[in-house]
Amino acid sequence: MPTFEPVLLRRVGKPNSASLETYRADGGYRALEKALKMTPAEVTETVKSAGLRGRGGAGFPTGLKWTFLPKDATTVYLAVNADESEPGTFNNRIIMEGDPHQIIEGIAIACHAIKCGTAYIYLRYEFGRSYRALKQAVEDCYKANLLGKNILGSGKDLDVYLHRGAGAYICGEETGLIESLEGKRAWPRIKPPFPAIEGLFRKPTIVNNIETLACVTHILDRGIEWFKSMGVPPDPANPRDAGSYGPKLYCVSGHVNKPGCYELPMGITARALINDYAGGVWKGRKAKAVVPGGMSMGFLTEKELDTPLDFNGPGKVGCLGLGTAAVMVVDDQTNMVEVLYNSCRFYSHESCGQCTPCREGTAWMTKILERILDGRGQLRDIDLLLEVANGIGIIPGTTICGLSDGAAWPVKNAINKYRSDFEDWIKSGRKSTLVSLKMGRH
Amino acid sequence: MSFLSEDLRQKIIAELPKYPTKRAVTLPALHHVQDVLRCVPLEAIKEIAEILELHPAEVHDTMSFYGFFRDPEHKLGKNRLQVCRSLSCMLRGGEEVLAELCQKYHLQPGNTTPDGKFTLEFAECLGACEGAPCMLVNDECHMCLTTETASEVIEKLGS
Repeated sequence: MPTFEPVLLRRVGKPNSASLETYRADGGYRALEKALKMTPAEVTETVKSAGLRGRGGAGFPTGLKWTFLPKDATTVYLAVNADESEPGTFNNRIIMEGDPHQIIEGIAIACHAIKCGTAYIYLRYEFGRSYRALKQAVEDCYKANLLGKNILGSGKDLDVYLHRGAGAYICGEETGLIESLEGKRAWPRIKPPFPAIEGLFRKPTIVNNIETLACVTHILDRGIEWFKSMGVPPDPANPRDAGSYGPKLYCVSGHVNKPGCYELPMGITARALINDYAGGVWKGRKAKAVVPGGMSMGFLTEKELDTPLDFNGPGKVGCLGLGTAAVMVVDDQTNMVEVLYNSCRFYSHESCGQCTPCREGTAWMTKILERILDGRGQLRDIDLLLEVANGIGIIPGTTICGLSDGAAWPVKNAINKYRSDFEDWIKSGRKSTLVSLKMGRH
Repeated sequence: MSFLSEDLRQKIIAELPKYPTKRAVTLPALHHVQDVLRCVPLEAIKEIAEILELHPAEVHDTMSFYGFFRDPEHKLGKNRLQVCRSLSCMLRGGEEVLAELCQKYHLQPGNTTPDGKFTLEFAECLGACEGAPCMLVNDECHMCLTTETASEVIEKLGS
């Protein structure tokens, strides 16, 4: 396997890696100094030219998003999305805990580029260690004049505030996050207007993910060429493809020998990631299904494991996309009906309840699976599940946000790719021993 | 005489300068109250609303969206334990850990021990999948658990 020098993770795990002192000793904040000498438009152009695409799931080009702000905007906010809740995903947590200053530096650079004086980090409550690491980092930055008034003598002011969520997956949806930050129910908004036009507190707002902002730091520090030296160039057959450049934090978990977060150039195959880095499937077994990028992306079969994990790869084999690049491995001793039940229950629990197709659809899919797992399923339930899954989400156009696309995709993939698991279960009439079926709700 | 202590009121008021609207302090205020009182009583909702110049119904509307906040009938114990049951943890035995803890401490998920020492809940993905199965104790995550190591964590909790 080729050697690769990690950048986002290069300091994670070293002694005092979260402290400002060690960060500066390793060259920290020189990218910010460099950026502050450039005009905001030049910084935006640099990020745009590097081809950085958002790491939160949708893969929207970051520099392009920044250019959507109205030119005459007087107040702009940056909302940093640290509500990492997609099942299987923990890359943001790793860098927030282990190297928070590269994120704060990225925030400061982004704020300079978008002419923003206030940034809010929306952090999910469960990340207590990340909260304490970021809190300390922000306090140290205020003392060192890296945040506050007239940062580094540039004449720019910047305040960064931490805002803790309260355990709701939907707050990771950018307009749900904005509503929650405003002190309301996290009900995603109808778009347009997009947040860049009217977002937080009705002002133009940019919402960026933690890993995206960490990439911004390194693009400014190491340059466009460095970033574009990794990854996959745009597909010539697809004029709308922006390519998949740069390093990516891949999270691997589930039935593997060495679960963990691995930084690699975009485009590694799922098979190489699992076998060469994550130590292979546990107990000498084979993979039955591999989630390519967080639960909502669907499943890769064993035969599809040579799919490159870039922004286009998973989509070509019927998955929703790359998502958060969180890979979950399911071994060949596991039944897909139970795996799918786990997925459906999650989305049904996390549906915000605003759109009827999502609230009812996710709940019914869960109930149908409960029925099958209880030995009371009928063969027609399989197509009923597909019918519900095909009817919910922004792809069929029945909901405001993409939560139910994420709920539907694993259903479609599981039934299309593992239909015999469902048929066999229903025909056998057996009952699942899954603990959570008896555990109920609270 | 206000229901919230002066200390709590000051903590809430100290959040106000961070945001351009008072309403944005709703979640921070609810967190401050629940951290201390282990639930959010109606009196607290009314006083938060007063500080934030909102109607109590608006505070309750936000609060009831987040399953995180508890009313006095479902008051949390001194510690809140959440065992993850999402896919990576399920695949590595998280549900069994939760079931065995429930049995050992005679609890149903969501309930609190009679001495108020801890509340045991299940959680959806805690974002610690490399250490599955995992359990959140207040806001510290414990990873790679077995029922034995989880019980050790519980025995060490302050009551």
